Parts: sequence; structure tokens; C-alpha cells
Amino acid sequence: MSLASIEWGAKPRKALGSQLLGKLVVDVPLLLTLLAVAVIGLVVLYSAAGEDPSRVVRQAMRAALGFAAFFVMAQIPPRYLRIWSPWLYCAVLGLLFAVAVEGEISQGAQRWLDLGIVRFQPSELMKLAAPMMVAWFLHDRTLPPTLPQLVVVLLMITVPAILIAEQPDLGTALLVVAAGGLVVVLAGMSLRLMLGVAVLGVALAPLLWMTMHDYQRQRLLTFLNPESDPLGAGYNIIQSKIAIGSGHLFGKGWLNGTQAHLEFLPERSTDFIFAVLAEEFGLFGAVTLLVLYLVLIGRGLFIASQAQDTFTRLLAGSLSLTFFVYVFVNAGMVSGLLPVVGVPLPLVSAGGTSMVTLMGCFGILAAIHGHRKLLPA
Amino acid sequence: MAKRTQALKDPWREQRLFVSRVIGAAVVVLMLTSVLVGRLVQLQIVDYQRFSELSQDNRLRIEPLAPTRGLILDRNHVVIAENLPTWQLVAIPEQIADLDGVLRDLEALGLLDPAEHSTLVELIRSHRGFERVKLRNLSETEASRFAVRRHRFPGIDIQEGLVRYYPFGPVSAHAVGYVGSISSSDLDRIDRRNYAATSYIGKTGIERTYEHVLHGQVGYRQQVVNAQGRVLLDPAESESEARGASAGLETKWPEPGRNVVLSLDMRLQLAAHEALGDARGAAVVIDPSNGDVLALVSTPSFDPNRLAAGLSRSDYAALMADPDKPLFNRALAGRYPPGSTIKPFLGLAALEHETKAAHDHVYCPGFYRLPGNTHRYRDWRPQGHGNVDLHDAIVQSCDVYFYDLAIGLGIDLLADTLHSFGFGPPTGIDINGEIGGVVPSREWKREQFERPEDKVWFPGETVIAGIGQGYTLATPLQLAHATAVLAARGARYRPRLLIGTEETFDGGISYREPEPLPGVEIGEEHWKVVHDALVAVTQSPRGTARTPMLGTEYVVAGKTGTAQVLGIAQDAKYDADLIDERHRDHGLFIGYAPAEAPRIAVAVVVENGGGGSSAAAPVARKIMDAYFAMQPSTAVGNYVAREH
Repeated sequence: MSLASIEWGAKPRKALGSQLLGKLVVDVPLLLTLLAVAVIGLVVLYSAAGEDPSRVVRQAMRAALGFAAFFVMAQIPPRYLRIWSPWLYCAVLGLLFAVAVEGEISQGAQRWLDLGIVRFQPSELMKLAAPMMVAWFLHDRTLPPTLPQLVVVLLMITVPAILIAEQPDLGTALLVVAAGGLVVVLAGMSLRLMLGVAVLGVALAPLLWMTMHDYQRQRLLTFLNPESDPLGAGYNIIQSKIAIGSGHLFGKGWLNGTQAHLEFLPERSTDFIFAVLAEEFGLFGAVTLLVLYLVLIGRGLFIASQAQDTFTRLLAGSLSLTFFVYVFVNAGMVSGLLPVVGVPLPLVSAGGTSMVTLMGCFGILAAIHGHRKLLPA
Repeated sequence: MAKRTQALKDPWREQRLFVSRVIGAAVVVLMLTSVLVGRLVQLQIVDYQRFSELSQDNRLRIEPLAPTRGLILDRNHVVIAENLPTWQLVAIPEQIADLDGVLRDLEALGLLDPAEHSTLVELIRSHRGFERVKLRNLSETEASRFAVRRHRFPGIDIQEGLVRYYPFGPVSAHAVGYVGSISSSDLDRIDRRNYAATSYIGKTGIERTYEHVLHGQVGYRQQVVNAQGRVLLDPAESESEARGASAGLETKWPEPGRNVVLSLDMRLQLAAHEALGDARGAAVVIDPSNGDVLALVSTPSFDPNRLAAGLSRSDYAALMADPDKPLFNRALAGRYPPGSTIKPFLGLAALEHETKAAHDHVYCPGFYRLPGNTHRYRDWRPQGHGNVDLHDAIVQSCDVYFYDLAIGLGIDLLADTLHSFGFGPPTGIDINGEIGGVVPSREWKREQFERPEDKVWFPGETVIAGIGQGYTLATPLQLAHATAVLAARGARYRPRLLIGTEETFDGGISYREPEPLPGVEIGEEHWKVVHDALVAVTQSPRGTARTPMLGTEYVVAGKTGTAQVLGIAQDAKYDADLIDERHRDHGLFIGYAPAEAPRIAVAVVVENGGGGSSAAAPVARKIMDAYFAMQPSTAVGNYVAREH
């Protein structure tokens, strides 16, 4: 840490102005696509939020903060990220413990950490810290990883995931597992082993089922089959499917979605905003957004394939694929393909922490690409 | 594996492996995206017609259906709580444009209480837009007054509903409790979804403790409604049933709550309630062989039907402000000094710990003094009882003997024995609202007081603990429980009200086993000494309960008690006539019968009733007479028919 800060401090002293301008790292394809997605998000949000300009302005400010995070992260050479990885991971893990203890004391669900001015969710940061940690761990090792190394990695992923699941925030916990797990998959974990893990998971499921309380089983059943609970989660899905289905090819038009505007659709501006898009802009609008997402993911995977060391390669690949997991889980849930998990639509759903962390992640991708040639291979 | 860890890092090979994985991942991403697009095409193109209809002309709505609340039955299956049809005023939040204005208009019509305005606003806002929120029950005339003005109140409706009805009214109120509207605080302790259609919830007693058994599971039906919220297609209505099924509309009927069977015998409960009459007090009857509570009465009582129908805020305030505290459950939460009723238990303690033998005598001159101290602890009989042994001391309720016994036994052994009979912490009866009593000891005093000088235990405090005064407190339930243990010679069962639950659909009853507690280990000969003394209390010419128990067809073993409310100065005399009624002594009686093979244990407390033998024992007599007069399962039904 101290070494890093000395180097960091020493650099700009040589030629502060020219260095910053001359070496400003911006990944143009990423930036343009992100801008397009953010604009679509604000347009849909204006309709979803009942044409309330103040909510759009608030979300626009969050987006601006997100772009700031993108630019800042893009300037940081990835080798610093690598050095910081274990510290960041431990710090976020510590915060998760703090939140868990505080929640224990206040006897309630606890996700937010109040820092006086800002409140934020440490679990959001873990979505970045976990894959960084795993990539850092595998960086110096020969790939594919050996079995003992995989056990260490497993601990790195499951400890924070369990803490987050206890909050309880199953959606974020699963995303942390996905982000960390994808690093291992990209690192070349043998396909046979992956199959083995899957089989083991299926085999252990009945055991887990036996040890669960009745109310936990009930919750899981509702989770797997929301239609069995039409007064709760099932209601949301039914209304969401009506919204999407009635959109047809080009939608009912902006601000004309009846499902959203007559308040039949729940969580319109957050988790179910994709249904508003599909209702008002139809199949065309929904597919356009999906294509933009694919451009972001494709660019990310390209950056990963061009990266020059193990850490950046694994990190870039994992961040891009995790982003896809978000999109798929949210769109799948809203269209009734997947069970209801509280995962927002990335960069579009209203909400601050997720917007800033995601933009920061794309900043890291830009940095990995932009600082490439400066690195000794 | 081992070989591989030895291998050198090969960047080229790793790069190739990585790129192949990235390509694999990209293929998976494309495949999953195609699945998403396929799903969108299915919803938006293939099924467009259906969803478009649902969205543009009609809306699918889910109407929750309330389960029917289980009945509460006594041990002979006499109904204590049932459900009667009534009219209910309901609000449908999403159809109300100006909530404040609508409520104010209803208040002007006299259909709502203005004092509850803000509560109702909060209640309505806490529900989903399409849920029907019950505002209150209406009488026949109120319902018609609303019906003719219905068009003026969009979003307000009347519907048929069920109201909880307690045929015995005040008689069962403190044992069974009552239901009331669901408050915001209730919402925090229930699964809101399961209560989507329910309008009331158990507030106290059995209704609250066994809420989860009585309530049942919510059902629902899907309806098709138009944009204005009018129901177009309701599968529950017979003519549209076929169409409903063809439109894929579902109905899931609610699962009714289970009936609960209580240990109470309403005949005895009635007798106890009537025996207490206008007095403030409590009576508890327990079956010593299993802990079943046969009667649990606290007077004055209140009418639970008024609370279930919805009491206006001012009526509720009046009930709360009543100086006799009718809502206060004296049987479970009234803490009284047990007075002389504690003596049989202390006698057993001294015998078991051998600090006194049965025939050791103490001379009673009418007062007791600690060695080296001039303070006189008085006997209730100023001229004294002369030379008495344990038997005489219980029969005549000699205080001096028990002062001496307590000092000999010491406060710690005394406290241990009382704890073993269930004094002190709550007995753990299966309805909430129970409060424990106090069994003072050195340890208790250390924990109870803040200042160091208050933490010290004084010998004088042991002396008065010997006659159940000072810090000692017990609830009527604890007294009845301890008496049952006395009757069963040490066998203990946790007092209980629920003995079984009944499935509504097939009437099958599953009974629950009594719950044994750790018994009291005391030698058989000691039980006999105390038992004989308790019989003599009602039978011998000098016994304190002879008069009230004169001429019983069964033999009662019992003990009277009198608890001081006011402290009396050293040389003053207690004169009931000169003292304000509320400062008069509490009268207590505990007893069991038939003495030779006890079937019931009874505890009675009459607040400010004067002495135990004049105020409490006659109440116990009436209860016992009622018990032994009744045949297994007779005429409570007749009583109900006559009253209603």
C-alpha cells in the first residue's frame, strides 16, 4: 500500500498537466454505448416514474456520478488494482461483518452502512472485490488451477456470499458467487471438475432440504414457483407478463403503457423497468437494449482477450460475463423465465450504488485496454 | 495434479486456454440471449392477442378470500366463541380519489368515529390498491343508511362478513380473550399475505395465543375486471364458472382455521363468575391430576362482543379509565401478598428440612420478638394462641408459630421450597399476559435494588415472609397451581387451557398430553401432617374456614389468608369500618376437594374483601358446590338458550 502511494504520488510531479491530458484513457466504444444505454434508461424511467421530472433528475445525477467513476477508474493502471485487490477484499469483508453485527443488534435486516453523508451497501462492492481477489490469487500461479487452489478460491467466494445471503439478500449473494466463479471458469478450471461440482450440487440438494425449517422450505417453494403465490410474487409476474405481451412489435408508445401508468405493474421504476420498456417500445425497443448490452459485453470480452497478464485477463472476462448474468437474470425474471430474485436491470433501473459500481467496472475495462502498452509484458 | 504444480508458467499456453474459454462463454451468452429474445417473441408476437386483451380492455385481479376462524369450545364442546354473519363497511383504496374527504363524509353520516380518522387513513394506505379494507361492522339500520347513499361513495362498499361472537360474554372474557381490528402493530407480527382478506385478529387470551391455529390459510380467486374496477368475470359466481375456467381463471378456497378445545368447563366458569359477583377479585380452578384449568375468572369483567364488533375510541377510553380496571386480568397478572395461605407450604418446608418436627411446640403470647430487639411482630389474635404445634398453627392460623418457623428455616431454604411449588416465576400457562410473583431471598434482594444499603437482607424480613407478607407476592393462578401440587402431594403439571385442536372438515380431535413439571420431593408422613391440618381448618371447631364450609357433602382441605394492604403502626388496631374500602385487607382462600381423593384445587382472591374466611372462602364454597353438583356434561346449553 505504501509502495503504491509513493509511486502514485511521484508520477504526476514530472509533468502534471501534459501527462493527464496526453494519457487520458477513454475507451470510445464503451463510452458511447454506455451513454446510449443511460439515455434509454432515463427516457423509460420518466415514463415508469409517473412522469415525475425530479426522479429523472435524481437518476441523471446518479448516472453523472457513474460516468465520473468510469473516468476515474479508467485512469488507474491495472497493476495498482492488482496490488490493492487483497486490501480491498479484506476491507469490504470487514464491512460486511460490521453490517452483520449491527443487524444482529438492531434485530432486523441490515444492508446499508451509514457513513454519515453517504449510505452504501458493502455487498455491492463485494461484486467487484470478490472477482478481483480471485484473479489476484490466480495471477502468479500456473493455470489451470489445482484442486487445493480451487478450495482456497471457494472460501474466498463463499464466505462473503454467505454473509450477504444472511442479510438477507439472496440476489446479490448469487451475483457474488457468479462473479467469483466466472474467474475460475475463465482460468481454465477443467470441464470435468465443473461437471462434478454441478453433480455434487444436485446430490446435496435433498440433504439441504431435510435440514431446513418448514418456513424456509415454503419460502424456497414460492421462490421456485411464484405462480403458487398469486397474492405476492406471483402477482408481479402475472402483471409483468401482461405488460410485455401487450407491447407487440413497436409498443404502445412512450408514456402510453397502461400497465405501468394504471399502476398494475409493481416495482415499475426498479426491478420491473424492463417490462415498461417492452410495453411502450415493444419487441423492437427490448431487442435494441439487449443488442446494446451485447455490444458492451462483446467489447469487454475483446478487451479480455487482448489483455496482457493473467490478472487483467481474468478480471476483464469476469466483469463482462457477470454483467451478462445481471441482464439475463433480470430480463428472465421479468418475462417469467426465471424465479423472482431482486436483481435490478443494469444501468437502467433506478438506484445509485449499482449504477456507480457498474460504471466503475466499465472504467476498469477501459483501463485494462488503455494502459496495456505501458505494461511490461 | 502434482506434476502440473511443478510446471513452469507458460503464458502462451495460458493465453490460448483463456481465449478458448472466452469464445465458449461468448457462445453461451449468444445462446442465452436468443432464449430471451425467443421468450419476448413468444409473449409479444405469438400471445400478443391474449395479453393485449387482458391489458387494454380487461384486467386480471386477484381477490383474496378470508378463511373462517376456528371455534373455541370448552371441554364438553360447549361453544365459547363462534362466527355470526354481519354487515361490514369496506374501502377499496385504489377507487378512492379523496380519502380524507370520503372518510369525513362517512363520519358526518355517523358511520365512522372521527377520533379514528387518522388510524383508518393509515390502515387503508397500508393495503394494496385492490384489497378490500374492512372499516367496521355495521348494524342493520346503519347498513341500510349507507346502502341508499352508496352512489355518493365510490370505493366504499358494504359486504356480508362474519363477526366473532362470544355467547358467554363477560364470563369467558379473561380466559378466552377477544379479537379486534388488525392494527399497524399487529401487521408487524403476522404474514400480511395470509391476512389479506382477514379483518380481525386475536388480541388477548386464547384468541391471541392460538391465533395461528384459529386463523387458517387465506385463499384467492382471480377475477377479470375492467379499467374502472368493475368485476366482469368472477369464477366464484356460478353462471360464469364455466367461462372462468375456460379463461384460465383460478380459484383457491381458503383453508378454515382449526377449532380449539379448552380445559375450561363453562358450568364451573359460570359458577365462579357468579360466586365472585360484584367483587373485584379472581378465582382459578385446576385439576391436580393434569394441570387442566377448569375455570379462570377475573372480575369485574367486560363484554368481549363489544370489543370484537369494534369499540369507538371514547368507549375504549372509558373502559381503560374505569377505576375497577375491568380489562385487567387479575387471575394471571394480579399480584397479591399470599398472607396465611403460604403457611402449609412453609410447614412442609420446615418438616422436610427438619428445622421443626410435627409436634414441636411454640408458645404464642400474641406477639413475636427477635432476640435483642424490642420490635413486636403481632399475631392476628391479640391474646395469643398459647402452646401450639404445626397442626394447631395451621388450623388456627397462628402467626407467631410461623414467625418462629421462618427464622428457624432461614430465608434461603424458605425461598427454595416456595420455588419448587411454582411460586416466583410465571407458571408458563399457555396464554399470554401472565406475570410472575415474588419470592424474596437474599439473592432476589441483591438483584432487585440499586443502592448498596437496600441490598442487605434483614432478619425482620424473614419473620414477615413466614406469614406471606412483606415482599412476597403471588398471582391467583400461582396459588391455584401450588394448591394443585399440594393436593397431588408433589406431582406438578404446567397449567394449561388448550387440551386439543379439532379439524374443521372431519371433526377429528387431536388431544395434547399434559406437561409434567419437576415434582416436589417431600416425605409422605410430612404431606399427611399438613393435609390433616388443612382438613381440620374446615372441619374442627377452631378451624378458620369452618363456618363457610359447614354442611358440605364432601370434605374440603383448605387454608384462609388475609393480606394487608395498609401497614399498621406498632400499637394501632386494624378496624375495617374506619378504613377506606380500597385499603381494606384482601381476602384469600386456597383449598382442594374431596380431601381424600382431590379432583379440584381452587384459589380465590377477593380484593379489599376483608378476611379470607369471610370474603374468599364462601366464594370457593360456591364453586366447589357447583362442581360436585354437576353431572359430567349437563345443562350449560340450557343456560345459553335462556340468556340469548
